[in-house]
Amino acid sequence: MPFNWLYLRKFILITLGLVLMVFAGVSFYESRHLKEPVVLSQGVTQVKKLSDYFRGIRGTINDSNIYILEGVKPGGTILILGGTHPEEPGSRLTTWILAENAEVDQGRVFVINSANRSATTVTRLGGGYPPDFTIPTPWGGQKFRMGDRWSNPLDQWPDPEAYIHYPSRQELAYVDIRNLNRTWPGRANGTLTEKTCYALIQLIRKEKVDIVIDLHEAELQYPVISTIVAHEKGQDLAALASMMISGTEGFSIGMEYSPPALHGLSHREIGDHTQAISLLLEAPEPFLDATRGRTDRELLLEGKDEFVVKAGKHGLLFEKMDENGWPVEVRVGRHCSTILQILELWSEENPGKSVMVKGVPRYAEVIEKGIGNFLHDPAKADSKRIYYE
Amino acid sequence: MIITILYYLLTAYISFLIVWNLLKRKKWQEEILYIIILMPFLLRLFRLK
Ligand SMILES: [Zn+2]
Repeated sequence: MPFNWLYLRKFILITLGLVLMVFAGVSFYESRHLKEPVVLSQGVTQVKKLSDYFRGIRGTINDSNIYILEGVKPGGTILILGGTHPEEPGSRLTTWILAENAEVDQGRVFVINSANRSATTVTRLGGGYPPDFTIPTPWGGQKFRMGDRWSNPLDQWPDPEAYIHYPSRQELAYVDIRNLNRTWPGRANGTLTEKTCYALIQLIRKEKVDIVIDLHEAELQYPVISTIVAHEKGQDLAALASMMISGTEGFSIGMEYSPPALHGLSHREIGDHTQAISLLLEAPEPFLDATRGRTDRELLLEGKDEFVVKAGKHGLLFEKMDENGWPVEVRVGRHCSTILQILELWSEENPGKSVMVKGVPRYAEVIEKGIGNFLHDPAKADSKRIYYE
Repeated sequence: MIITILYYLLTAYISFLIVWNLLKRKKWQEEILYIIILMPFLLRLFRLK
């Protein structure tokens, strides 16, 4: 082969490679910088930043917004965390419904839509996940970043060979040093993910939060599903909520004890290290199942997958799965009703620390009207009432 | 922070080695293989993923 022909071939192949890289790179960059508007509900009285509670997080990607809804009457304080694992969209979408619709008569509600904002800006490496998804609304649709379970390696890299959890010294999976639900209670001089947990712990202490609810979704092959995971301090509350929901809301949810020896998780460490009761909610998300078929937006939002159905027929699932799947409205509706039931039961038991919320749809209403009906058009909103995640 | 910078330097060095090897290959199949291997290194180096 003549000398210059060889170099021409290399040049063409490298150019083709670069074209591919540019296409992928533009998609990654755009998804990382996609702006997600939040049109504040009338009930939001203040918006703070996480760095208001810990300066070490200022200027970082995880200096997230905190939407604060205050009632006229004093009462208890509740913190709702969305986006601990952003690839569980039911979690963040529930916080959107709260921040855009809730109004508080008594007590205070703190809502964080992107607890691990860094993790909202990346998708599973090599996973071929969709970069974003759109929730249809009466005014068109609202686009959200897909996100991942772990903080973006662009914000925290490299991972250590072994991750030793602080302060328990328990050895956890190395990758979980970027998992916000493995780094509680965090530390001030730690990694970005640890600092984020530390900042949240400062918020919980300073604002005297009574209950923290961490919203999640789980694969059907995981035994902790459709349940409230409760710290000892919240066991009665969770058990009562589970009974009330199963009796009145049209779906059933279990209750599980937070294992005392499993460290780094919100339901364990927040309860251990602060005055707050910590609860974690799980809803079923077939998109996360290892035996799923095509990993696309449709599966993410409609939760239908023939391969997961088949896994169910082989007895491999811990939740029912049929051709109706687990649409995102069902998952978000579960979260909304569970939060409302927990608040109602808490308020009954603790009249001085009541948290009375209105404007939040329940399970049946979210399914009937769709999530998009509770998202407001930023084009028609007062620009001062729009925040971006 | 220092470790992160070292890892970026390492990524740049490995990218350079891959390109160097790519230029020395004689078979087109190997050239394509090197280009595919190079891609994640460049995406990290340019802070795209
Ligand atoms: Zn989760």
